[in-house]
Amino acid sequence: MNRRVLGAAAVAALCATTAMADIKVGMITTLSGGGAGLGIDVRDGFMLAIAQSGREDIEVVIEDDQRKPDIAVQLSDKLIQSERVDIMTGIIWSNLAMAVVPAAVNQDVFYLSPNAGPSPLAGAGCHPNYFNVAWQNDNLHEAAGAHATAAGYDRSFILAPNYPAGTDALTGYKRFFDGDLAGEVYTQLGQTDYAAEIAQIRASDADSVFFFLPGGMGISFLKQYADSGIDLPVVGPAFSFDQGILQAVEEAALGVVNTSQWSKDIDNPTNAAFVESFQAEYGRLPSLYASQGFDTANLLLSALERAAPSDADAFREALRAADFDSTRGEFSFGPNHHPVQTIYAREVIKEGDVFTNRIIGTALENHSDAYAADCKM
Amino acid sequence: MPSLLIIEQILNGLQFGVMLFLMAAGLTLIFGVMGLINLAHGSLYMVGAFAAAAVAGATGSFFLGLVAALVAAAFAGAIVEIVVIRRLYKAAHLDQVLATFALILIFSEGTRWVFGSFPLFLDIPDAISGPVTLPGGIEYPLYRLVLIGIGLAVAVGLWALIERTRIGIQIRAGENDREMIAALGIDISKLYTLVFALGAALAGLAGALVGAIQSVQVGMGEPVLILAFVVIVIGGIGSIRGAFVGALLVGLTDTLGGVFLPELFKLFMEAGAAQRSGSAIASMGIYILMGLVLVWRPTGLFGARA
Repeated sequence: MNRRVLGAAAVAALCATTAMADIKVGMITTLSGGGAGLGIDVRDGFMLAIAQSGREDIEVVIEDDQRKPDIAVQLSDKLIQSERVDIMTGIIWSNLAMAVVPAAVNQDVFYLSPNAGPSPLAGAGCHPNYFNVAWQNDNLHEAAGAHATAAGYDRSFILAPNYPAGTDALTGYKRFFDGDLAGEVYTQLGQTDYAAEIAQIRASDADSVFFFLPGGMGISFLKQYADSGIDLPVVGPAFSFDQGILQAVEEAALGVVNTSQWSKDIDNPTNAAFVESFQAEYGRLPSLYASQGFDTANLLLSALERAAPSDADAFREALRAADFDSTRGEFSFGPNHHPVQTIYAREVIKEGDVFTNRIIGTALENHSDAYAADCKM
Repeated sequence: MPSLLIIEQILNGLQFGVMLFLMAAGLTLIFGVMGLINLAHGSLYMVGAFAAAAVAGATGSFFLGLVAALVAAAFAGAIVEIVVIRRLYKAAHLDQVLATFALILIFSEGTRWVFGSFPLFLDIPDAISGPVTLPGGIEYPLYRLVLIGIGLAVAVGLWALIERTRIGIQIRAGENDREMIAALGIDISKLYTLVFALGAALAGLAGALVGAIQSVQVGMGEPVLILAFVVIVIGGIGSIRGAFVGALLVGLTDTLGGVFLPELFKLFMEAGAAQRSGSAIASMGIYILMGLVLVWRPTGLFGARA
């Protein structure tokens, strides 16, 4: 008897919570395995904004994709069909995004990307329900090329892993770099020893080095480069210089110029409050991934103020308006629902005991992307 | 292509090879003596690197970090042998693969639980960092020369241990005839634990040494594990000499292939395409090498003749 009463109470409680959560957000991100640091930052930034909004009618279902496309697809099916989420977000890696996003948006779910921005989704494959709050994949590399040109380099040695985002990176750099190439090398994905490439850099007549090696690959490269005695200036996208990675590289990264749409010293009240509250909540400095998660949640909150996801057209318009205070300052969407934003050049510095970045200039102002023209929606 | 670059790349290949040898030596010993396929060998490499990073971070001494790596990996190896592996010697190879794969997952998530998801910092001590100028004007990182030296010293030490000591005789006897040495009154289970701990310590040492120039993070051991398996298949399973020769062959093939194949392709292709297809084929280089060796000698270069 007792057990039955308890059971009924539990069911009632369950109904009560379901009734309270009017809006359901599904987050698929990487929380275990090699790339977990990125997913954890996105999740923490996102949840910080949700907590600060004080809204209790938003339920966020968080799932770990383990950086595996097949698992991401299973999770996405589960979130859409059995959890019946209205909005999805969270994916870090472009190959996972390509596996999940097109199917999800075609089932009338809204997808807000806090990180991955593969070119097909910005061009011919764009969709009214897909919004990217971070960047199109090429953006930071384009900015690195623009910075190298502005800095007067004319012979760059460029390297990236041999996979789609690596090819995009070098293409993006070359699109905005006016000089010649002293060398162009594709490394293996997941490679950890760069002695051979560093010897090639030494043997070339380069005056600068550009590299795109996300995660552990970048840590290995920077440490080995610093130990090689070559002192050519290095330029790269922010992915190899985020807050988590810098603490593993330390001195080896000092002085390297990297390009980012966000930095903790961007001077606006939203950003200052974000950096302070993130540090207070989690005890570490936020990375650009955390800022992207935070902005994604605030975009969502701003749209929810105006319309409910059930009214898809009104909700889409509300998202497109991007009427929220971004940590980046100025923020708006281009015609393909990708950001039009300023990308900065930052320098790695040591602040007390902590290694971090400082803005030294603007690389590209109000920059869109090269694929917007192909988007028909 | 300048000859300086070629010599530098050969040094790089050697350095990569001797570090692979540290991994492969333990793997081949364990397989040779106990007939066990140990997929968790890469996790012991990771344990070594994390122990070194934690101790070096706390004490500021890289040398103490190395000692910690050796001790922690040997200790972890001994525990794993006593708790799990001991039950698997009589089991089929597939069961061993399943159990040791489970160990990989346990080690990875356990390490994340203790140290978090972000990579740790481990750096080369100042005394051996930076480049030195070799005869002939080659600038080469001193630390990599030290790695080559340590690798060669370990190879000589292992050879002396196996060929010149009583333990070595027991290990060799264990490879040949398990029942007979047990009948001769040697405590075979103690011998197995010892061999396992020795293999683990070598993997941990490799992890700590390499961790200083690469990134110390969860999952760092698995890519190396795959290469170590290639090495022992090429060298002949169970043969330390085979592991040494195989490791150097794999190290040199991988390094030189990655540099020179794209250059070769540029002779008859457009530069960008040559880069991409050259590096794609270079990444298959060691597997092509393994295939060729197996066609020529199906048991590997120094394997027992079937």
